[in-house]
Amino acid sequence: MLTRRQLTLGAALATLALLAATVTGCARGSADDDRPIPAVPGGAYSVALTEPDHLTPGRTTSSYALQVLEGLFDTPLALDPHDGHPVPLAARSVTSSDQRVWTLNLRPDAVFHNGERVTAHSFAAAWEAAAYGPDGWGANAYFAQIDGYDQLNPTDGRQPATRHLTGLTVLDDTTLRVTLKAPFSQFPMLLAFPAFAPLPQAAFSDPDGFDLHPVGNGPFEMAGGWQHNQRIDLRRAASYTGPRPPMADAVHFRIFTSTDTAYTELSAGHVDFVTNVPAARAYEARRTFGHHYAVRPSGTMDYLGLPLWDPRYAKPEVRRALSMAIDRKGITRAIYNEVFIPADSLVAATIPGHRAGACGEACDYQPDKARELLQQAGGFSGRLELYFANSDPSYLQWMTAVANELRQNLGIRDIAFRTMPGADLTPILNNRKATGPYRQNWVADYPSEQDYLAGLLGRGNRPGWSSPDFDSLLARGDAAPTAEAGISYYQQAEDLALQQLPLIPLWNWQDQSAWSGRVGNVLFDPYVAGLHLEQVTVRH
Amino acid sequence: MGRYLLRRLLYAVPVLLATTFLIHTLVFVLPGDPIQALAGDRPVPPSVVAELHRRYHLDDPLFVQYARYLRGLLSGDLGRTFTGEPVANALAGHWLVTLRLGLTAWFLETVLGIGLGVWAALRRGRWADRAVLGGTTLASAVPVYILGYLAQLVLGVRLGWFPVAGAEAGWPTAYLLPGLVLASFGAGYVARLTRSSVLESLSADYVRTATAKGLSRRRTVVVHALRNSLVPVVTFLGIELGSLLAGAVVTEYVFNLPGIGQQVFQAIQLREGPTVVGITTVLVLVFCLANLAVDLLYGLLDPRIRHD
Repeated sequence: MLTRRQLTLGAALATLALLAATVTGCARGSADDDRPIPAVPGGAYSVALTEPDHLTPGRTTSSYALQVLEGLFDTPLALDPHDGHPVPLAARSVTSSDQRVWTLNLRPDAVFHNGERVTAHSFAAAWEAAAYGPDGWGANAYFAQIDGYDQLNPTDGRQPATRHLTGLTVLDDTTLRVTLKAPFSQFPMLLAFPAFAPLPQAAFSDPDGFDLHPVGNGPFEMAGGWQHNQRIDLRRAASYTGPRPPMADAVHFRIFTSTDTAYTELSAGHVDFVTNVPAARAYEARRTFGHHYAVRPSGTMDYLGLPLWDPRYAKPEVRRALSMAIDRKGITRAIYNEVFIPADSLVAATIPGHRAGACGEACDYQPDKARELLQQAGGFSGRLELYFANSDPSYLQWMTAVANELRQNLGIRDIAFRTMPGADLTPILNNRKATGPYRQNWVADYPSEQDYLAGLLGRGNRPGWSSPDFDSLLARGDAAPTAEAGISYYQQAEDLALQQLPLIPLWNWQDQSAWSGRVGNVLFDPYVAGLHLEQVTVRH
Repeated sequence: MGRYLLRRLLYAVPVLLATTFLIHTLVFVLPGDPIQALAGDRPVPPSVVAELHRRYHLDDPLFVQYARYLRGLLSGDLGRTFTGEPVANALAGHWLVTLRLGLTAWFLETVLGIGLGVWAALRRGRWADRAVLGGTTLASAVPVYILGYLAQLVLGVRLGWFPVAGAEAGWPTAYLLPGLVLASFGAGYVARLTRSSVLESLSADYVRTATAKGLSRRRTVVVHALRNSLVPVVTFLGIELGSLLAGAVVTEYVFNLPGIGQQVFQAIQLREGPTVVGITTVLVLVFCLANLAVDLLYGLLDPRIRHD
């Protein structure tokens, strides 16, 4: 038993500890941090990272890996950080007259970090390895539009007879011709994705060794191997002659499992960048880091997917009623500290062609109208089950909010959660075994409406929605003479999908970053590059 | 004694077989497809799914998988993780971190726990005794992650005495703070266990006899009272070493130490059978050895306990 005095002592200790923690919360931000950073080359800085899965471009689509690859590799094209249009990087030009046959004209003087020349063959070999099914590489699907992909990925389980993509022709050292299965106006944007980077011979003679010590053609090279779960060190590549020479001499990625711990390390001055501040610490980060804190729009969207094969969700009116019963603004404020933005379209706000309010009143919070709509459509019977993975605690929080709103606004009493690990949920969704709405998330590969519409609602889509008009509009956009010309078709397709609402847009993610006073010229973009590593200047 | 040791070591073999089989079965019977989950919300081409299933033998029956695992184990091959790294490599790198953390915590727990316990027992009812009781209750009551974040903020960020996170400062610097946090719960328990055990011995007949014989206070306490009081403490500390290694998950997460705790967490989420089984096997082995060490120590502490 504790005596009264012991209890007092304990309470006093706890109070002291809490006090100390509060004081430290606002300790940083000295005057020294506010002097401008001179734009002088040199110095080193560190970035907090989550453990990537692979460092070979075609093997990964994880954003953590992509952040490292952005320093190690030059893809044929890059995306302009302001509007996402493709600009030359490893290629001098990418042209096509019919949107189906594309010619890549490469820079003649480029070399890999080990001195090997970068030729048209380096690109063809890299793409073929990624597209070859039995390699099991993560970015395999990105090559599906190239002629000959199907021969490398037989669906009957047999080994492919060839390792070569018929759609790739090496014309000479600096010219690569790519033939697609069908015209595709958005193809140049795809060429900015890291999987389209070239690979040297070493990547094929020892794939596992290469994955630990990749040799690229970008502004930075590996300094030592990848130390799993600890660090990845990059240094300026002496051989680099491309269009983005780096300012800093070295970049150190320090790998964290907990974003909270990474944030604490930034507060302690041991890390220079946290590109992924936890949403729960938004207000604290804004207060602590001031103008060294930024919220940048992201291409990631959350949706509530609907099982259209269940007759209860077959009527568009029911789906609109569900959508109108959800208070997106209230949820983003309560759970994401206003960092996420309520969605008003199927695509993220940073995507060219995005129209504010495209969703119309279906995405407005109108509880009365929602209830009316549901009653007109014949109401809802039985149990409503909500499916989501248990990989992030915030999923449960917003799903609970959604459940409460459906209960209050639509009078659906019987609502249950079906939470499970991702390994269980994905097959249930892909095989259409779900019997209720589910969390659907989409991370954009390239800034085009086409990426969202084809990925989410294209052939064999999860909600089980089919519309020949939608498919033909997508095809017409793909065949348009330029990427811009395709937009109006994609917008018409989006309107069609929003009327039918096979999935309900919820919110558009934004990422929060914070950095130390040692680094300047910070440029983040919402596309595949993330933090532009080569541009950062360091006080040294 | 030798035969006893041999017998105990042989007991470990069926235990290991049963555990690995159990874990294999548990991983196997779970529904769902780990390969499809790797890509999240993006569909994986069927050709890639088929290849990865073949590579990780996911379509084989349970017994075939287990037999393959055992055969690999005998030739020193633990299989590969989903990122293609040999499990043995991944374990080797991570075990060292966890072992360092576990032993540091165990050392702190032993020294602090026994020290505070004896100190409190000899000052029974005085302020020092009460402070130890109150402090250890508090330390055991606060969840490890709260204590961890608090220690990071106060001792790492604010005072700058310790590194905040990561293993790069090396041993012991990088391991002191996480070790202390990990040890907090057990140290409190050891202190209270030691205190009550020593108090009991101090009032026992043989200690009074020793005192009556005119032995010095130090000799009475250390040689007569303490030695006998340590039997329950050693039992606890032996089992505790295993729990510390297994329980490092949260501490490794908070302090960003790349140990097996992190790894087993990831492996369970990704449902990487070979990694989960590999880690579990080593943990079971550690438990078996720790228990054996405890049983052997009994004989040294109390000669009345014999092994044959």
